[in-house]
Amino acid sequence: MSAAARPALADLAVGQEVARRTIAVDRARLVRYAGASGDFNPIHWNQRVATSVGLPGVIAHGMWTMGAAVAVVVDWVGDPAAVVDYQTRFTRPVPVPDPGEASVDVVATVGALDADAGTARIDLAVTVEGARVLGKAQAVVRLG
Amino acid sequence: MPVDTSFAGRAYPPGDVYVVSREKLREFAEATGAVHPAHTDVDAARALGHRDVVAPPTFAVVIAQRTEAQYVDDPAAGIDFSRVVHADERFTHHRPIHAGDRLRTALHVDAVTQRAGLSMVTTRCEIVDDDGAPVATVVSTLAVRPEDDA
Repeated sequence: MSAAARPALADLAVGQEVARRTIAVDRARLVRYAGASGDFNPIHWNQRVATSVGLPGVIAHGMWTMGAAVAVVVDWVGDPAAVVDYQTRFTRPVPVPDPGEASVDVVATVGALDADAGTARIDLAVTVEGARVLGKAQAVVRLG
Repeated sequence: MPVDTSFAGRAYPPGDVYVVSREKLREFAEATGAVHPAHTDVDAARALGHRDVVAPPTFAVVIAQRTEAQYVDDPAAGIDFSRVVHADERFTHHRPIHAGDRLRTALHVDAVTQRAGLSMVTTRCEIVDDDGAPVATVVSTLAVRPEDDA
């Protein structure tokens, strides 16, 4: 992997799709994220607690979904440090069944280009069974 | 107990140093499916000009949520976590986070608002390095549902 592999700003157009990925998430994945992040809220691993607070069942950490989605951008841009800003709203929970898994679809497109700043805004459409789970998910990447 | 709006504008000074380790970055990267080799392979990171492995873009949440705990876990703040929904999150990276970084984080309660019983709480973590130079800003908003809306 070399820095030369980074996409060039001049080659991008607003609306262009740059990457897509489908990501599977199961309960074991959520337990792993809980440990790695330190977020042990039981609604992300305990069915009894999740249903007692009115959820359909255990749901993914919003921060897991946010983190998994931006990996698509990191792989496309070629350097994690190129992501200088990343934001989202959490619009819909992601129920994670047991047994089984949920399937998260991520499509990354160019939302805006700023030639003066040398940055591109990459907009992420993140959906589960066609419904958006993140809103205004935008990563600003610095390109050479 | 309702969310206490008088906490808006409060600031908490930086606490303990958080030392970023290669193994914590590996754990976090693997948990989020962040497979780029610069997160886990020192040689790959150095080939990109980094001094050590690089954190995924949302890794700073680990540091931010620890820091936010001194406010959101304070009983006086009135934030009942069984009624909390994460509304939004934003990371602004002033420079990359690398393994070996020694970071300190100041916490600011930027806003506590209430409308129709729903409370919105916005916190901002300012993460700096050993020299006090800015590393990342993490802004997070929680929505707290009213008690009769369980």
